[in-house]
Amino acid sequence: MFSKNKIKEPLGDRMLLIVIYIALTAVMLVVLYPLLYIFSSSLSSPSAIVSGKVWLFPVDFSIKAYASIFRSTQLMMGYYNTIIYTVVGTLINVVFTVLLAFPLAQRTFPARKIIMIFMMITLFFDGGLIPTYLLVKNLHMLDTRWALWLPGALSIFQVIVARTFFQTSIPEELAEAARMDGCRDSRFLVSIVLPLSKPILAVMTLMYAVGHWNAYFDALIYLRSENLFPLQYVLRNVLLLNAADPEMLANTAQKLRDQGFEQALKYALIVVACIPVLIMYPFVQKHFVKGVMIGSLKG
Amino acid sequence: MRVNRGNGNRTLMNAKRHWELYLLVLLPVLYLIVFKYVPMVGVQIAFKDFNVIKGIWGSPWVGFKHFENFFHSPNFWLLIKNTIGISLYSLIAGFPVPILLALALNEVRTGFFKRSVQMITYAPHFISTVVMVSIIVLILTPHVGIVDRLFTFLGLPTTNFLGVPEYFKSIYVWSGVWQELGYASIIYIAALAGVDPSLYEAARMDGASRLKKIIHIDLPALVPITIIMLILSLGSVMGVGFEKIYLMQNPLNASSSEVISTYVYKVGLVGANFSFSAAVGLFNSMINLVLLLSVNFIARRVSQTSLW
Repeated sequence: MFSKNKIKEPLGDRMLLIVIYIALTAVMLVVLYPLLYIFSSSLSSPSAIVSGKVWLFPVDFSIKAYASIFRSTQLMMGYYNTIIYTVVGTLINVVFTVLLAFPLAQRTFPARKIIMIFMMITLFFDGGLIPTYLLVKNLHMLDTRWALWLPGALSIFQVIVARTFFQTSIPEELAEAARMDGCRDSRFLVSIVLPLSKPILAVMTLMYAVGHWNAYFDALIYLRSENLFPLQYVLRNVLLLNAADPEMLANTAQKLRDQGFEQALKYALIVVACIPVLIMYPFVQKHFVKGVMIGSLKG
Repeated sequence: MRVNRGNGNRTLMNAKRHWELYLLVLLPVLYLIVFKYVPMVGVQIAFKDFNVIKGIWGSPWVGFKHFENFFHSPNFWLLIKNTIGISLYSLIAGFPVPILLALALNEVRTGFFKRSVQMITYAPHFISTVVMVSIIVLILTPHVGIVDRLFTFLGLPTTNFLGVPEYFKSIYVWSGVWQELGYASIIYIAALAGVDPSLYEAARMDGASRLKKIIHIDLPALVPITIIMLILSLGSVMGVGFEKIYLMQNPLNASSSEVISTYVYKVGLVGANFSFSAAVGLFNSMINLVLLLSVNFIARRVSQTSLW
């Protein structure tokens, strides 16, 4: 409307804007470069990596490293276990979070305040590593999948975010109208609240799922059996303790090994470990920004 | 609000009306009791000599024995120094960066460029700790890693970066900044998005430059959330992340990488010294809590902003 009257930006402002664009470009490159370098290395030949020819793009294109990864039963087992931990764990997380957040969002719920305090206390005091470990041990959950599902079944942060969402995005009139029509609380939750809360459920699912996918510490302290190890634990053994599955190196000539095949393997492993999250990422990226924004509004 | 007007009878009716809600919270509340409150009670192990056969409750009380042992152990000051050192370093290096990023992004109009910057800078947040540490190790490997090759290219000597104790803190902190700067900026971007547009219009009418606008509108708008974030970070000064440090540790850098959380793990779970380890952990959480409460108190006095 006022475009005709638009004043041309003064020199100082344009200078500042140029500086900002340059700085942001620099930040973007600094973040992007290591990722690109790892991706390129994973597709380069071992000799090119060791002789330091890879700087930006793949040199002597090769997918041998990837091929040998898929030979490793250890790794495939890890993948399989992580999928189980992630799917079941996330399901438990989301159900528990909704079960707690929904009642806390009902202004007429009498126990709301006391449960809120009961919950918040756990943010400030916690038993710490040893008492928690002994509890899991006493419950006979050591070295079982339950140890990776139950102790972290709920994130207080996610409960607060979900509660805030229910409170701010579901009009109270809706609840009253539903009750007038004889709708029970549980029915209201399932038929009205959940369908209206898809964005927050998506964000929550992503956050929890990424958490499970990346989890490593719980496996370190609770698991002993190799057939239960999640991907991250296997990765740590291969990548950081250099304990590669012999199957990965099978069919690999000694000469090739000396030329840094294990090095190439590591780059490829990193890429393989990140793929699922990378595939999910573009779809949910805009949602999680919204999720953090909702959370930051505070109730 | 309707509850307030009513009497006890009303509350009882309300409770009856909401029996389903009680049923819904039952499971999560049970979870909190078992997995959060039972370990809290289990903290008493720190004041006992834990005996596997007698269990936590049957083991004899020994008072502050384990705490005293910890205070007198030769590791005590090293652990404190490393824990606080790494944590404060992270805070000082990492805290301002997301704010600057948010301010800069706020000046850029929505479009391809802005979306690219956001998408790329958020991405490393989703990389797992194991993979992150592997990346650090691969990049820093002598002779093969890109950083060392760059050093050689510039004529600097080959270095085993992760083997030098003096480098450990910087590697830990700056890789953390790299990984989290984008994601941490989201909360500030959200705060800036909430600024009343009429303030900007008024400023433009008065002839304020972009810089003036940032200083007089954007920065004050960020103050409350910044204080909250600062309180939270100061409240976790003693809680440096276990996973990343543990994975980055090696015998060569141990003198600057051993922190309380890694020590608790090693002494407690690896060494099966449950009571002593629990005492160290409890000491750590107590300092944390005191820090959080005092910072919150000071913030409320000085700026009227606080967690509660």
